[in-house]
Amino acid sequence: MQSTEDSFENLRNDFPILKRTVRDNKRLVYLDNASTTQKPNQVIDAITDYYRNHNANIHRAVYALAEESTEAYEGARDKIAKFVNIKNRQELIFVRGTTEAINLVAYAWGRPHINEGDIIVTTEYEHHSNIVPWQLLTQEKRAKLEYIGMNDDGQLNLDDLDKYLATGKVKLVTFSLMSNVLGTITDAAKIIAKCKAAGVLTLIDGAQAVPHMKVDLDTLGCDFFAFSGHKMLAPTGIGVLWVRKSVLQTMNPFHGGGDMIREVHKYETTWNDLPYKFEAGTPSIAEVIGFGAAIDYLTKIGMDNVRQHEMELTQYAIDELSKIPGLEIYGTKDITKRGGVISFNFADVHPHDVADIIDKEGISLRSGHHCAQVLMERLNVAATSRASFYIYNTKADVDALINSLNIVAKVFKL
Amino acid sequence: MSGTDIYHEMIVDYSRNPINYGEIENHDVTFHDSNPLCGDSIDIDMKIDDNKVTDIKFHGKGCAICMACTSVLTEITKGKSLDDVRKIEKHDVLSELGLEHLQAVRIKCALLSLKVLKSALYTYLGSNLKDTADVDTLKTEAENLY
Repeated sequence: MQSTEDSFENLRNDFPILKRTVRDNKRLVYLDNASTTQKPNQVIDAITDYYRNHNANIHRAVYALAEESTEAYEGARDKIAKFVNIKNRQELIFVRGTTEAINLVAYAWGRPHINEGDIIVTTEYEHHSNIVPWQLLTQEKRAKLEYIGMNDDGQLNLDDLDKYLATGKVKLVTFSLMSNVLGTITDAAKIIAKCKAAGVLTLIDGAQAVPHMKVDLDTLGCDFFAFSGHKMLAPTGIGVLWVRKSVLQTMNPFHGGGDMIREVHKYETTWNDLPYKFEAGTPSIAEVIGFGAAIDYLTKIGMDNVRQHEMELTQYAIDELSKIPGLEIYGTKDITKRGGVISFNFADVHPHDVADIIDKEGISLRSGHHCAQVLMERLNVAATSRASFYIYNTKADVDALINSLNIVAKVFKL
Repeated sequence: MSGTDIYHEMIVDYSRNPINYGEIENHDVTFHDSNPLCGDSIDIDMKIDDNKVTDIKFHGKGCAICMACTSVLTEITKGKSLDDVRKIEKHDVLSELGLEHLQAVRIKCALLSLKVLKSALYTYLGSNLKDTADVDTLKTEAENLY
């Protein structure tokens, strides 16, 4: 597929929901992709095909259906591993999503490894899912949670990291590869190099990055990496936790139950091989298969083309939004340092009022704190409006947003 | 209710120039609450003499709907006896601003202040009355407002 606007325009036909209208017969302009993306026919069909033709539980039974479903499930694991360059499939654990992945690490790695006085470092632009699990852990263990601060351009102050690493008490540094509010792309290589030199483990929240740019886990060199399927065309309720094997071997199980065991006796149990030790119970089989179909779809387009398309769209949107008097965009305007997530405030109008008014024009725009209240505090705002793009968005979508903001200006007499 | 019609003159004006906005230094009761999903956040302070609300002020952050409804609610409440304040219902606030048919996701913005007011009332009555059963009813009423 070529990276021309035409081919991206054509792929809109794969998304049935984009053909519907909303409110008073308005064209649907979906701009909440940082929250969740729409699904193409290829993904929807993979799920229905599984339920119509192959449905059976995996890993245990010997009959034909079970063999087919196991093959499809494990095949998706291989596709996803290849997509983000995970060399060892034993290190790829299926979870419900990024939130569950980080909680799994906080529980199964954190409990046996974190002690009183230890420090866990996160950043000011994290999603609540990369803050709250660490608050729970550090409070339980009498450890400390510290933050890498952010400058007004939305970039992290890595001097803060140096300061904490110098204490010799840091056990984990955890950060998102792309902010879900500002779109800032974190300089992961730099952070990981500093942490490695200090013998400190790193966790990356890849929920916003993996759907929008090429990510190579083998090159990155972190120790934990988490991402979600539903933000990259796949169904909800399925995500991935990758853990370096040498670290995974030091972790306790997360959930006890079926499929994660080798032998169970009355008072003791031995564990299944990796990654199954961490996949207790019947997993989300259809969702994993749907995730595999989403990976096929994105692979066909090419992640460099996805990034290129979104950079063009983001540049166009920033240029057009910047022309509106009284509209403030947060974070850097250098599109090489950010993804297609644009947070803004429009004069003194509350983001909920902006979103409500333009919803009537068919536009799905997010308003609120975006599960990043620590960042809202840092920006000194109660909330922001947020537009976020994906492969099916076009310049016409940006134009619709700009036109609808003119209506907001009229209503609030700006 | 659809279109931009909920954003009529009164709502926009109240959001820009809220009524009874501020704090009461020597209040008899104060209460704070917020909507976890959207972040609207309201504090209400009240001065109460002879079982009457002699002064009421609010502060906080919220969308235009939230600010307008809180303004109207404080107007309705001021000067009323505590018995009459107890009787204030959702409809009293919504009808004042023509918001009777507000969509479900915005109703929380409109009624946060009423929830805070009722919570402030039970806090006050709880520390001044012995009839706790009655106070508990009021607390439940506040919690289940929306």
